Amino acid sequence: MATIATNQEKISPRWRMLAEFWYYFSENRGAVMGLVVFLLTVLVALLAPLIAPHEPYLQYRDAVLVPPAWQAGGRAAYLLGTDPVGRDILSRLIYGARFSLFIGVVVTLVALVGGIVIGLVAGYFRGWVDTVIMRVMDVILAFPSLLLALVLVAVLGPGLVNAMIAIALVMQPHFVRLTRAAVISEKTRDYVTAARVAGAGPLRLMFRTILPNCMAPLIVQAALAFSEAILSAAALGFLGMGAQPPTPEWGTMLAESREFILRAWWVVTFPGLAILITVLAINLMGDGLRDALDPKMKRS
Amino acid sequence: MLRFFIGRLLVLIPTFIGVSIIAFSFIRLLPGDPVMLLSGERVMDPARHAQIIHELGMDRPIIVQYLSYLGGIVTGDFGTSIVTKRPIAQQFFTLFPATLELSFCAIVFAIVLGIPAGVLAAIKRGSVYDQALMGTALVGYSMPIFWWGLLLIILFSGTLHWTPVSGRIDLLYFFPPVTGFMLIDSLLSGQKGAFGSAVSHLILPSIVLGTIPLAVIARQTRSAMLEVLSEDYVRTARAKGLPPFRVIGIHALRNAMIPVITTIGLQVGVMLAGAILTETIFSWPGIGKWMVDSVFKRDYPVIQGGLLLIAAVIMVVNLTVDLLYGLVNPRIRH
Amino acid sequence: MKKTSFAAALLAATLLSGVASAKTLVYCSEGSPEGFDPGPYTAGTTFDASSRTAYNRLVEFKHGSTELEPGLAESWTVSDDGLEYTFKLRPGVKFQTTDFFTPTRELNADDVIYSFDRQLKADNPWNKYIAGINWEYAAGMGFPELIKSIEKVDDLTVKFVLNHPEAPFMADLGMDFASILSKEYADKLQADGKMEQMNQMPLGTGPFTFVAYQQDAVIRYKANPDYWNGKPKIDDLVFAITTDASVRRQKLEAGECQIFPYPNAADIEALKTNPNLTVQEQAGLNVAYLAYNALVPPFDKVEVRRALNMAINKQAIVDAVFEGQAQVAKNPIPPTMWSYDDSTKDDTYDPDAAKKMLEEAGVKDLSMKVWAMPVSRPYMLNARRTAELIQADFAKVGVNAEIVTYEWAEYLKRSKEKDRDGAVIMGWTGDNGDPDNFLDTLLGCDAVGGNNRAQWCNKEYDALVKKAKQTADQGERTKLYKQAQAVFKKEAPWATLDHSTTFMPMSKAVQGYTQDPLGIHRFDNVDIAE
Repeated sequence: MATIATNQEKISPRWRMLAEFWYYFSENRGAVMGLVVFLLTVLVALLAPLIAPHEPYLQYRDAVLVPPAWQAGGRAAYLLGTDPVGRDILSRLIYGARFSLFIGVVVTLVALVGGIVIGLVAGYFRGWVDTVIMRVMDVILAFPSLLLALVLVAVLGPGLVNAMIAIALVMQPHFVRLTRAAVISEKTRDYVTAARVAGAGPLRLMFRTILPNCMAPLIVQAALAFSEAILSAAALGFLGMGAQPPTPEWGTMLAESREFILRAWWVVTFPGLAILITVLAINLMGDGLRDALDPKMKRS
Repeated sequence: MLRFFIGRLLVLIPTFIGVSIIAFSFIRLLPGDPVMLLSGERVMDPARHAQIIHELGMDRPIIVQYLSYLGGIVTGDFGTSIVTKRPIAQQFFTLFPATLELSFCAIVFAIVLGIPAGVLAAIKRGSVYDQALMGTALVGYSMPIFWWGLLLIILFSGTLHWTPVSGRIDLLYFFPPVTGFMLIDSLLSGQKGAFGSAVSHLILPSIVLGTIPLAVIARQTRSAMLEVLSEDYVRTARAKGLPPFRVIGIHALRNAMIPVITTIGLQVGVMLAGAILTETIFSWPGIGKWMVDSVFKRDYPVIQGGLLLIAAVIMVVNLTVDLLYGLVNPRIRH
Repeated sequence: MKKTSFAAALLAATLLSGVASAKTLVYCSEGSPEGFDPGPYTAGTTFDASSRTAYNRLVEFKHGSTELEPGLAESWTVSDDGLEYTFKLRPGVKFQTTDFFTPTRELNADDVIYSFDRQLKADNPWNKYIAGINWEYAAGMGFPELIKSIEKVDDLTVKFVLNHPEAPFMADLGMDFASILSKEYADKLQADGKMEQMNQMPLGTGPFTFVAYQQDAVIRYKANPDYWNGKPKIDDLVFAITTDASVRRQKLEAGECQIFPYPNAADIEALKTNPNLTVQEQAGLNVAYLAYNALVPPFDKVEVRRALNMAINKQAIVDAVFEGQAQVAKNPIPPTMWSYDDSTKDDTYDPDAAKKMLEEAGVKDLSMKVWAMPVSRPYMLNARRTAELIQADFAKVGVNAEIVTYEWAEYLKRSKEKDRDGAVIMGWTGDNGDPDNFLDTLLGCDAVGGNNRAQWCNKEYDALVKKAKQTADQGERTKLYKQAQAVFKKEAPWATLDHSTTFMPMSKAVQGYTQDPLGIHRFDNVDIAE
């Protein structure tokens, strides 16, 4: 550790932190594998129109429930087979990556930003503001998250956007609690007091002084939230309350094809596998992030 | 200790009121009209529609509706289902044992496999065992359990015929419910094979529901063990030449268990959320499936009462975990 | 063990447990009954578990048909003006004896009057015996306005007096809500202050006696030894509630049940090829349709509606949504119904002609909404998938369709509004097998803004179906209904999509089961081969 520090004294501290982070992150083989798979998924999502062999919504009525190419009866044109209305499953999975990543990014961002703001306010001002906010968070946490999301979506109407709102809402309290706890512990530190004495206003204190020093646990939680958002959205889709057909969202694809479970294994297996692989990659990355950002783990 | 307990209990009251407001207002916000569903495709005459709304008290001001609802709750009346016309509390308590039994078996499954796996991984840190175990745990943790359940059904029930497809017990056994727990009732009934049948029906759902808690417990046990193993007293014990089994079994494990127990307690909420999916897949007559069905049937009072009762259960469990933790670790009380 | 035949499993279980008696039929039903009083409910699932097991009606539908046969009424006469129906009750009909109630008398006129009065008279103590209860079907069939009085002539004679002649009335009496309950049991419950028990522990004259219900799991019945039509051949009847169709299939294949309704369309081929099973099939008494809004331009033009009808490839819908297990619909009533006009010529699928017709009608760049139901019904398993197919079909004739959907109650409400934007996918399952139940209920002028989701009012058509409703003679009615169907086809307020086929997979050991076109499931004739 000491060597790294001395060699890089001249480089800006931000770059040094990043380099140090990468050093620990890359030590974790699983995390790197996760990152690679994740980047591949991102690439697939971005390039979907270029790499998908077919249109995801196009129905080939002469190719209904065609098995994967390597099975008897499969056709090379439909590598992973087709669904009950003759759509190419591979193409739908490729486009589905867009939805899953989109869900993950948006939900995490909304929950993260909302959670940070609320948590900062609660932790910085304390008093009755804090009490009210934390009681509200307790109330949200008193429900099983999926149940709450399910009822919320029922209220808002089934659909992808509403599912995302519901999931972001039920994830919010975790960020609020983390931020608040970090803020409370940081607030009494010397550097904060110094900034205040120097005349920094509450907004500046909250966002410029305190927040950057609370980021590590939030980043780890965000990685967790990312994978959880994908899983929850898929679960809601599976219950018929998430993205609506014909959207090629993976959970919705699974729900739509559930009746074919015994007859056409491929329509059920591949979407589930896609969810599992993506979520696994993100979780691997999340573990790597945690290890790299957590100073206690570094020492051991 | 008593002050700690009372303090915690007092915090629960505003939370519970908040929960009741949320549960209540959600239902008012739900689009669609449960009365409309009574007649399905057949259109109901508007006069009759208005009359039924009136009979259900749904035309009163929201505040009045809420207060009368709260008044009911205090006396143990959680309302009546629109669909079955039966009291919600009664339905909840008939179905809850099924969920409890399933959750219990799932958590037992998770603990029995998870703790040894975590301990082993910690002891053999960095070895192939560690990597394989933690890799598997992470896969389990990332599992979409609704898909996992379907795969298990296809394999074990559909193809191999090892386990029954759904239900709680073979229908050939018939005895009145005494406790509501099939494992106990089947033993009490004295009918041969009934207990075995109840067990075989529990296997797959328990595995599915226990998968995520299993992964969480294994990971938590491993990291707690690693932490404890690096503490001075364990090093000292080792240095003194105590056999590894005693070091790990007695000194390390006992201290590592504190965070693990908290984790297990926190899994209750996770389990109830998981029960929604698991019970739906296995047609398990518990509260998770009941809630999903009610959401689809727009059975407002049931969604409302169910949310409230489930939240109450989770709150009580969390309180218990808090108290246990307070007992084990006195520092937390302040 | 699970693979062994049912008989062997049963034998083994009998030896082991000593509980199972000789013949048990396990029916994997599709859902929980809402209650056990058939009066206040409308779901077939509820009726299967209550009115078709524990109860009887004055008249019954013959097994496998929509024709009526005597039930608790041995015979009846109708006055010439069609206003008075006099029923002679079957003598010596016993109510079931259970461990919760022992009847002391046989069926009489009081039971009949009680069964209807409670639904029609607000001052009857049973009218609101549970909070929030409603007599949905009695209201739906117009009984409160239709029935003037019900009189007891003597112990075994009852007279119904109507306000106006109504040809479908007899068929209505065969419906589930018209089940006959025991007044003696009701009086006992009322005296004990346990009226809600009527909805939990049914007691009637039917073939099966209620034993126990475990919520959302199992309903148990045993054969009624005193059944007036002879004791059923099976001894025990068990409903194993299994909401998921794939699970029902797996349970049948594993021998955990012997018969189940509503299989997945995708599973039917495989079920048929299983040597241990038989799959019965029958045309369902239903129709699915796409209703245009005839009040909103350009759909007020017949040419536009017909052109769009020609643009829809209905066979493709039947193939993709029903796996081919349904029939393309050309008339608004199903082919199993009397008065169905088989000579109707359906619109041919012809996108080019449709496109031309639209252009001639002056319609260009049409954008419209297609409404897809959010729920699966027997007549329309997957409205989404259907809407997607229609969307693709419409695109071929230059019509841009947007699929919209709402939560079910909202859908039901919004779809009936007169200014509704777009064409709506809907359907109907016959209640009583009478064509009036389709042709007037769904397309009559007085149903505009209600059940008439095409908002279509045609004077010629309406006159025909109204006349048929008042006519007693079935031959005469048939003629009128056929004319009405011709007008319907010419005017095209709907695109008729399909009549689904209903399937009943069962173990080979199940004998004597017949499917009922009305979608009810009855087991009084069923036997199990040893």
